[in-house]
Amino acid sequence: MPSDNNAFFVPEPQGQVPTPEGYFGKFGGKFIPEALVAAVDEVAVEFEKAKQDPEFARELSELLVNYTGRPSALTEVPRFAQHAGGGRVFLKREDLNHTGSHKINNVLGQALLTKRMGKPKVIAETGAGQHGVATATACALFGLECTIYMGEIDTQRQALNVARMRMLGAEVIAVKSGSRTLKDAVNEAFRAWVANVEDTHYLFGTAAGPHPFPAMVRDFQRIIGVEARRQIQERAGRLPDAAVACVGGGSNAIGLFHAFLDDTDVRLIGAEAGGHGVESGEHAATLTAGDPGILHGSRSYVIQDEEGQIIEPYSISAGLDYPGIGAEHAYLKDSGRAEYLPVTDDEAMQALRLLSQTEGIIPAIESAHALAAALRIGRDLGEDGLMVVNLSGRGDKDMDTAARYFGYYDASENAGESK
Amino acid sequence: MSGNIELLNTALAGTKAEGRAALIAYLPAGFPSVDGGIDAVKAAFEGGADIVEVGLPYSDPVLDGPVIQTADDIALKNGLKIADVMRTVREAHEATGKPVLVMTYWNPIDRYGVERFTAELAEAGGAGCILPDLPVQESALWREHAAKHDLATVFVVAPSSKDARLKEITAAGSGFVYAASLMGVTGTRESVGEAAEDLVQRTKATTDLPVCVGLGVSNREQAAEVAQFADGVIVGSAFVKAMLDAPDEAAGVAAVRRLAGELAEGVRAKRS
Repeated sequence: MPSDNNAFFVPEPQGQVPTPEGYFGKFGGKFIPEALVAAVDEVAVEFEKAKQDPEFARELSELLVNYTGRPSALTEVPRFAQHAGGGRVFLKREDLNHTGSHKINNVLGQALLTKRMGKPKVIAETGAGQHGVATATACALFGLECTIYMGEIDTQRQALNVARMRMLGAEVIAVKSGSRTLKDAVNEAFRAWVANVEDTHYLFGTAAGPHPFPAMVRDFQRIIGVEARRQIQERAGRLPDAAVACVGGGSNAIGLFHAFLDDTDVRLIGAEAGGHGVESGEHAATLTAGDPGILHGSRSYVIQDEEGQIIEPYSISAGLDYPGIGAEHAYLKDSGRAEYLPVTDDEAMQALRLLSQTEGIIPAIESAHALAAALRIGRDLGEDGLMVVNLSGRGDKDMDTAARYFGYYDASENAGESK
Repeated sequence: MSGNIELLNTALAGTKAEGRAALIAYLPAGFPSVDGGIDAVKAAFEGGADIVEVGLPYSDPVLDGPVIQTADDIALKNGLKIADVMRTVREAHEATGKPVLVMTYWNPIDRYGVERFTAELAEAGGAGCILPDLPVQESALWREHAAKHDLATVFVVAPSSKDARLKEITAAGSGFVYAASLMGVTGTRESVGEAAEDLVQRTKATTDLPVCVGLGVSNREQAAEVAQFADGVIVGSAFVKAMLDAPDEAAGVAAVRRLAGELAEGVRAKRS
């Protein structure tokens, strides 16, 4: 019986293996410039080889246990659950991973792959900075040269993470084009990759982009759901009624969902960034309000106008402020296996404070979107409900945004009581 | 009405018969305005361009450097629509009788509808399309509609393309092959990469299509250098930069005409 840590790539759930061209149903594929075709194909070939190599699984598992601190805890949150219909709520504590989010799971896998490909340099995009910090961390660990592209607006709202990346030895480039957020950071990283593809791996941070990234990033994040599924059965004696996660590009959500795909009684709930409300037009709720299209190398849902120009998204959360979504989520939405619902800035911020003050756990704003969705779903499920919510990251990086939102910098107000 | 792929083929056969490379200019539609963009395309032809690629600006141009990004932003902020691109193609072609292609990213066409786009482009007198983020293995639907409307499908090849892949790409393409001179995005460069000549030779080994070289070419000397080994020289950012640097639209159009004239001399430089 393999333990969670070396059960990485087996078993593959039925019907969820993309075609050789990288399609999940009609979503996915490889819409990339010719200059990147050879490099992307190399990643795919190397990943297939790595999956068959027990040494790769052993190396990765060793890192995940002794460096990241896996398996991550599953924490029951009864005081929070009282606000969520009175049933039982468990948090999958990806915030307790080294570097503070789920991003490290994928990063360590791809960093090992980078070494196998013999490439000395890594580039990556980052929104909230969590992927950038995780990438800078792995590059420090493996002695790789690291450059992180980050939208200029995000460098401001996530200044702490910029400092962390620089402390780790990475170069952080503030991207000033377009909306100056995650989408533009991805654009700039692609431009840099085209020019430096020979010696550089693009360590893509989410389960989107051209094949093989959606499937590969998912496989590196599957550990979340594999652990959670076992842990919830041990703790609650049954599978949950719902598994809930936030979705920006979708890597933490696909990581949680995947182990539950064949458990058809488990509802899979993705919380999208509703910003100021989907009807306001200021949101990043791609699956709720977008249409099929191509962005950043694959066909999925995108937020676009009637002539295919990408509309600049909005969210208080830098990590969810993205007009695309991983192809497999598009497939799960259309097949009906997963449900996606928008959560506004205000709902997420209230959930952030609620968890902080009922359980002593400060979540990332991204993860707070999942908590807000859980509050809604829990009220439907009632007292017999059982939910697993992915707490994808911790909230330290968001304290400036949160302090402004709640007025904690205002000395005349009593922190915790304001707003 | 059918598209002008034959006009494109004839133009490239003509320059070959003259023993020189073709000059292919790139200018984005709607920049600095729709009418100003049309004037710029006409000026490029008047200066000596044999073929023009009209850019359909896109919000997320991952293969373009800062110069073309800036022009795209200006066009889109001014509210550019695909209908404006079609008008640009139509007026430039009708005024000059020369082949005009469209260069853009795949999402705008996918969203607009492939049949609708190809039908309208053919009707406007367009000769074909260059879609740098639509690799050959994803291109079947596009090629079906392009062929139906007599539009060329110009694929990009890169120095990283292996020989087997070059064969696959050139077998699917028509009009000409766009050989990227270097690994990078659009923009002017000090020198044209050494990889270009090797790529042209490897590409020619797989096809009878003309092979034209783009990326980084900005002046007469570079055009002359590339014209030694390529069937065409593609210049984009240098034209856009001339427009961006000009004090007003009229001066920008004049600068485009002047630059096209210099480059046209370059592509006529005697082959050694």
